[in-house]
Amino acid sequence: MYSISKNNLDSLYQAIAGSYDLFMPIKTAGQTNYGFWKDGDEGDIDTLKTVRSGKDAFFPQVEQLYKVSREFIPADVASGEDAEKAADTALRTKLNITPGKLVDQDFVIFGMRPCDVRAIEVMDNVFLADPVDSYYRSRREHGIVVALACHEPEESCFCTIFGVDPADPSKAKADVATWLVGDRLYWKPISEKGEALTAKISSVFEDAADAESKVEEEKAYIENIAKQLPNAELSLEGWGAGKTDERFDSKVWDKVYKGCLGCGTCTFVCPTCQCYDIKDYTTKDGIQRYRCWDSCMYSDFTLMAGGQNRQTQLQRFRQRFMHKLVYYPTNNDGMFMCVGCGRCVEKCPQSLNIVKVIKAFANEKEVSADV
Amino acid sequence: MCDCSNGRDILVPQVGVITGITQETPDVKTFRVNAPEGGKLFEHMPGQCAMVCIPGVSEGMFSITSSPTNKEYQEFSIKRCGLLTEQLHGLRVGDMVTVRGPYGNNFPVETEFKGKNLLFIAGGIGLAPLRSVINYCLDNRENYGRIDILYGSRSADDLVKLQEIQEVWMKAPNVNVYLTIDREQEGWDGHVGFVPTYLKEIGFSTDCIGIVCGPPIMIKFVLQGLKELGFKDEQIYTTLELRMKCGVGKCGRCNIGSKYVCKDGPVFRFDQIDELPNEY
Repeated sequence: MYSISKNNLDSLYQAIAGSYDLFMPIKTAGQTNYGFWKDGDEGDIDTLKTVRSGKDAFFPQVEQLYKVSREFIPADVASGEDAEKAADTALRTKLNITPGKLVDQDFVIFGMRPCDVRAIEVMDNVFLADPVDSYYRSRREHGIVVALACHEPEESCFCTIFGVDPADPSKAKADVATWLVGDRLYWKPISEKGEALTAKISSVFEDAADAESKVEEEKAYIENIAKQLPNAELSLEGWGAGKTDERFDSKVWDKVYKGCLGCGTCTFVCPTCQCYDIKDYTTKDGIQRYRCWDSCMYSDFTLMAGGQNRQTQLQRFRQRFMHKLVYYPTNNDGMFMCVGCGRCVEKCPQSLNIVKVIKAFANEKEVSADV
Repeated sequence: MCDCSNGRDILVPQVGVITGITQETPDVKTFRVNAPEGGKLFEHMPGQCAMVCIPGVSEGMFSITSSPTNKEYQEFSIKRCGLLTEQLHGLRVGDMVTVRGPYGNNFPVETEFKGKNLLFIAGGIGLAPLRSVINYCLDNRENYGRIDILYGSRSADDLVKLQEIQEVWMKAPNVNVYLTIDREQEGWDGHVGFVPTYLKEIGFSTDCIGIVCGPPIMIKFVLQGLKELGFKDEQIYTTLELRMKCGVGKCGRCNIGSKYVCKDGPVFRFDQIDELPNEY
């Protein structure tokens, strides 16, 4: 285990940024969000919840997939038979496709909370499943994840019901586990990639004879808070693989969706939401084909020329939660597509969220009785 | 699935050249597509689809209507009904599009269909995906039993691939073709009436596999009709169609229950569809 004084964190960031791109929580205009750190930025690992999750590290909000250019062959260049053909403009326009660049340099994601690290595993099951998405894979291969324990889990947190441990990031699928205890950061590499990163920046660390005991104390402190959180005992009974029939036609949806504006905020702040759109953007250098985040909450997400499907907000609302709590687990050995980060709980303008949905179904009998 | 051996990402297409266009009906054209250097862009199985795109306009999933037994090119029969299809209808021979695929599963022509009698029921542009299967079966005639084809459209002018139906399918051995149009029309001396009604009038026996494709309302009543005739869900196949962007089961659009229509479909048996939430 290694350690560094909190006052020296900037030198840690500098050391990392000296060899890698460093993606981490940065405070700007009073908000903390992930960004690429550069000298002078205010790194902020005190704020528990970044506004967005940092899933951009592997699945950016917008990314170029490829570029298409039209090559115009002037008629006067062609000769003979070609000249005849070239008189037709259709035959004089050639399409050239240039694939987007894959990430080929290692980079570091620093300060990711255990719930958000779990969310990477959730996304892996989508993007790394056959056929593999090579853009995502290149980022996963080159990304080094430094996870950070949650010093004081907040009321909106409910990660423990999904088996996430906010006290011990070394259990997460990360490369380095860290704890911020008082005025020191404790650093423990847990994978080969983590060891390599640590070796490269080892000169910034100080001796930490008391590290093990400090971290143990911290874990106990966090666990104690976690178990007292209001949603620590939330039950997932009735959800999970194969529960479609039990849940889909329930009357509870008629009630819980009410008020949903379809704004999509929940999907954008969600660390596991990975639905996307593919669009073209015409520039003077050609056509950019890009991928960007999309939301199943939007009315045109599934809209076809014939008007189908999921035409009501109730259907769209139900889709999001059925996907997270039933369909995804059905396809992924029971793993839920929620990590309990609580961002939707904090950000929904109508105070609708997955916790409310789970609770409403827990009380299904009473609810159905008065519907 | 996708040929990624050349290092191309699953979302990066190939360039295809339009080498032939047939006006089938007032609003359906069939496009023949080749690789720029000639030959086919890829190999596919009957029922599979591909993403066809005019760069800068849009991209959409279309069923490949030509049979894999056609070694020279692939064809897409496309009905003009939205932004992309309108633009596709404006293309000329020699124009380039991008194509990626093939995507999805296929009709089980090499397994469940083998040695069986087959009953194809199509409405309007619903013939497009079935044509691939029909021609595959005709080109491997010895592997299949009796083939019945029931095909209907709004009018005689809306019957897709009529020439091929009359010149090839109707003349093939042990193949019965039944055509119908919705309303009386001058010059049409064939059957008049909706597909589901005609289906019951003919009264097919249940010693075959039913393969149905057409508008949702037609599928619904054909299914009812087949059940009245004694068909079981397990012997009826159809294709589902939902909005798609990625084609590889990741973007989330065509998700129904735990299935992705682009990857797990588009071909489903009715007993499989019964298990899906009613949202398609």
